[in-house]
Amino acid sequence: MTGTSIDGAAFEELQQTAGAEFVTELVDTFLTEAPLMLAELRSALADGNSDRFRRAAHSLKSNSNTFGATALGAMARELELTAADRVAAGDTHALDALAEEYGRVAAALKELSRA
Amino acid sequence: MREGGSGGARLLIVDDNKVNRLLLARNLELQGHSVAAAENGRIALEMLHGERFDLVLLDMEMPEMNGFEMLERMVGDLQLRDLPVIVTSSLEDTASVVRCIELGAEDYLPKPVNPVLLRARINASLEKKRLRDQQKAMMRRFATPEVAQDLQRSGFALGGKRIRASVMFSDIRGFTPLAESQPPEETIELLNTYYTLMFDAIGGHGGIVSQMAGDGLMAIFGAPLPLPDHCEAAVRAALEMIDLIRLFNAEQAAAGKPKIRIGIGIASGEMVAGYTGTNERATYTCIGDTVNLASRLEAHTKVAARAILIDGATRAELRDGVASESLGPIDIRGKTHPVDVFALATPPQD
Repeated sequence: MTGTSIDGAAFEELQQTAGAEFVTELVDTFLTEAPLMLAELRSALADGNSDRFRRAAHSLKSNSNTFGATALGAMARELELTAADRVAAGDTHALDALAEEYGRVAAALKELSRA
Repeated sequence: MREGGSGGARLLIVDDNKVNRLLLARNLELQGHSVAAAENGRIALEMLHGERFDLVLLDMEMPEMNGFEMLERMVGDLQLRDLPVIVTSSLEDTASVVRCIELGAEDYLPKPVNPVLLRARINASLEKKRLRDQQKAMMRRFATPEVAQDLQRSGFALGGKRIRASVMFSDIRGFTPLAESQPPEETIELLNTYYTLMFDAIGGHGGIVSQMAGDGLMAIFGAPLPLPDHCEAAVRAALEMIDLIRLFNAEQAAAGKPKIRIGIGIASGEMVAGYTGTNERATYTCIGDTVNLASRLEAHTKVAARAILIDGATRAELRDGVASESLGPIDIRGKTHPVDVFALATPPQD
C-alpha cells in the first residue's frame, strides 16, 4: 500500500489522461529532478538566497501536486510562502522533514507507477 | 493558416521545470497540437523570432527571464504582441494573476493544469487569434499599409491630431450615364482598373487613399506619416493620374469601350487627421477647411473645364517646372471669401 503520501485518485486520473506508460517516465523524471530541488533548497538556505529558495520550493510544490503528493506539496507551499523568514532564520529542520516526506513519496510513486 | 478550432496548432511551452514541460507537452500532443519547449523567457523569445507559433503557454517563475519580463517584452514587440499567451502557473497571489492579464496574457490556468480546461482555453484562444488574423488580413486589404501599421503600432483610438498636409479629391466625369450605358459587370471592371491606376499614382508619390465612394476618392499626402514635400507630391501624383487615364483611354478606345475623364482638386494646409466613426467601424481620414476646399475645387473642375485645380497654398509650395495658370479669385461654395485658384496645364485626357 502507498499510505497517505499519494492521493491515489489524483494519481489514477493523471494516468488516465496522460497514459500509464507516459506517467512511468514522468515519475522517473521527477525522481531525478526532485533531489536536485531538495539540494537547491539546502544550498539556497546556506547562501541566504531567499529568491532561489522560494523558486525551488515553488517547483517542488508544483510537481508534488501533479502526482497527488498532497502532503509534500503542502510542505513545499509552506516553504515557498515563508521563504524569506526561513532563509533569515537558517532553519534546516523543515528541510529535514521535507526530505523525509519526499522519501515516502518516492517509494510510493515507484510502487504505483510500476503496478 | 495552420491552426483550427479542433487542434493542429503549433504551440510553445515555456517552463523551467522539466516535469511540467513533459506533462504539458504530452497533454497538448494528445490534443493534436505540435509542441516545442523552452526553459526560460530568453530562450523562448529567441524561438519565437525564429519560427511561427500560434500560441504560448507560459510559466511565471523562471530563472534568467521570468514570465512577467517575457510578457513585457512581447507587448513591446510588434511581431509578437498579438500572439496569444496562456499563463500556466501555481502563483499564489491574485495580484500576480491580475498583472499577467494586464500585461496581455489571454488567460490563466492554475497548475496542476486540468487537461479538459486546457483544451477549452486553448481552443478559445486559437479561435480568437484566427479572428484577429482575419481582421488583420481584412485591414490590409481595405486600409493602406501605412494606416494598418499606424493602427498596429498605436492601437485604435478615435480622435485626431493637427497636421499639415495636402488633400486630393478625384472623380470620374459623367460617371452615371456611363454606368447606365453598359452592363454592371463592365462598370465594375472599369472601376477596378481605374482604382488600380489611381492607387498606383497616389501611393507612388507617398499619398494614401483614405476614402473611396463610387467613382470618387479622397487621398491624403502627409498623414499618417509626415511628407516634407506634400504639395509637390500631390501635384505630381495628380499629373500622373491624368497621364494614366490618357493611356487607359487609348486602350479602351482600341477595345471599342467607353473612355473616361477625371477631375482632381487639391488643397493644402492644416487639418485634423485621425480615426473617425464608431469603435465598431471607423476610417482614417482628415477633416477641416482644407479638406472641404479640396472637395469644392474638384467639383469646380466641371465649371472651369479643367482637369486639375489647386489652391494658392499648394501653388506656393511648388518647385519650378509645374506650369499653372491663375484663374483668379473665385467664389467657392461654402467659402465666405473668394479663393485663389490655379489650373495645372495638362494634356487632353482623350
